[in-house]
Amino acid sequence: MSNKKNIFELIQESQIWKSVFRSGIPKTRRQKMMTVLNSVFLHLHPVRLPRHAVKLKFTWCMGGLTFFLFLVLTISGILLMFYYRPTAEYAYNDIIDMAEQVPLGIMREIHRWGAHAMVITTWLHMFRVFMTGSYKPPREFNWGVGVILLVLTLLLSFTGYLLPWDQLAIWAITVGGNMARATPFLGSEGPGAALLALGDINFVHMGADARFGLIGGRFVGEGALLRFYVLHCIGLPFIVMILMAVHFWRVRKDGGISGPT
Amino acid sequence: MSNQKLEEKKIGSAPKPSIGSELNEPKIERRSFISWITFAWITFAAALGGLLTMPLRLFFPNVLFEPPQSFKIGVPSDYEIDVVDLRWQDKFGTWIIRNTEGIYALSTVCTHLGCAPSWLENENKFKCPCHGSGFRKTGIHFEGPAPRPLERYRIVLGDDGQILVDKSRRYQQEKGQWSDPESFLKI
Repeated sequence: MSNKKNIFELIQESQIWKSVFRSGIPKTRRQKMMTVLNSVFLHLHPVRLPRHAVKLKFTWCMGGLTFFLFLVLTISGILLMFYYRPTAEYAYNDIIDMAEQVPLGIMREIHRWGAHAMVITTWLHMFRVFMTGSYKPPREFNWGVGVILLVLTLLLSFTGYLLPWDQLAIWAITVGGNMARATPFLGSEGPGAALLALGDINFVHMGADARFGLIGGRFVGEGALLRFYVLHCIGLPFIVMILMAVHFWRVRKDGGISGPT
Repeated sequence: MSNQKLEEKKIGSAPKPSIGSELNEPKIERRSFISWITFAWITFAAALGGLLTMPLRLFFPNVLFEPPQSFKIGVPSDYEIDVVDLRWQDKFGTWIIRNTEGIYALSTVCTHLGCAPSWLENENKFKCPCHGSGFRKTGIHFEGPAPRPLERYRIVLGDDGQILVDKSRRYQQEKGQWSDPESFLKI
């Protein structure tokens, strides 16, 4: 009887289980460490944390919440992509349909409110990092990465704002896009734009400047909708994911979450 | 071993692989190797930089499917005096206004942040819905945050007697450009 193994032991001794989980059930310190190091997902995270690092009072959990919201937005966003068509003809109605005709149409609201929340948690995370002095050496590089991630979060928010294709969206992007006109040298109304000219021919004008590259036309139209859609769904998340990996990795490599001094 | 060979050994050149091959081997000295490799790296970086910059050109297509920048709007008698004509508003973003002296073409883009004001006949003004800027029939701003008057477009009479509006040439009142003869079609 004592030789008989129960079902859990049989599973854990099978080749399939062992091929996936190389270090067995983590019981000893060494096994625990190996479990973290052997997983591509877990290894970004430190093997062990100082006690203060898990105190809600210290971190507010804001970085983690931001990452959680990013995952929520990624999943709900992928679900929305199954219905949304980024053309002037369909975009607005597809979003209405999604809310009214599709089961679990609340996905769109989750995506929108999650986006608002992520902007807020990103700011609060930055505020916390500032107040605890966690931007100081040796973490100054990671602060820089974080600032870029904040800008990318705002850009994701901005590009997503156009997609409902209602009056609010179109005019908000019109106003926002006009800022690009003032880009130095590359905006048609920015300082130095007139310098890039040969005699009477201006190289930087309404039809070829930073704003045009952004919205793909002289006004916010179908070109802008498609460009913003691609940036929102592929371009920006691609960069964000790479930088997030760097960000988390550096938290660990710079000595873990900063402690009270 | 000749003296020359000894000299080469001293400054640390690569060891000779075999006898007889030395005649065909190009000689690259240590110092020139550094400058050669610098040159190679600069060339490589420039080529790579150019290659990575090229996709930027993709964002500026050669053909735009937008209404043309210049267009004909009929003969002057098509337009009534003191009426703000809205027929080209949606397609070309232009208001045509005729007064007792002539015709001018106003831009429909608000000079505050670029929204689209609408003409309010009863109140005799252009009003922007975004932030409340107001403009007189002439295009002069008088209320709200707009910092300057609406822009006017080039307007001339074509050879066939039709009015030609060219949006690529704009005239700003605050720069004194409204006195330009092509900013106002005298009739």
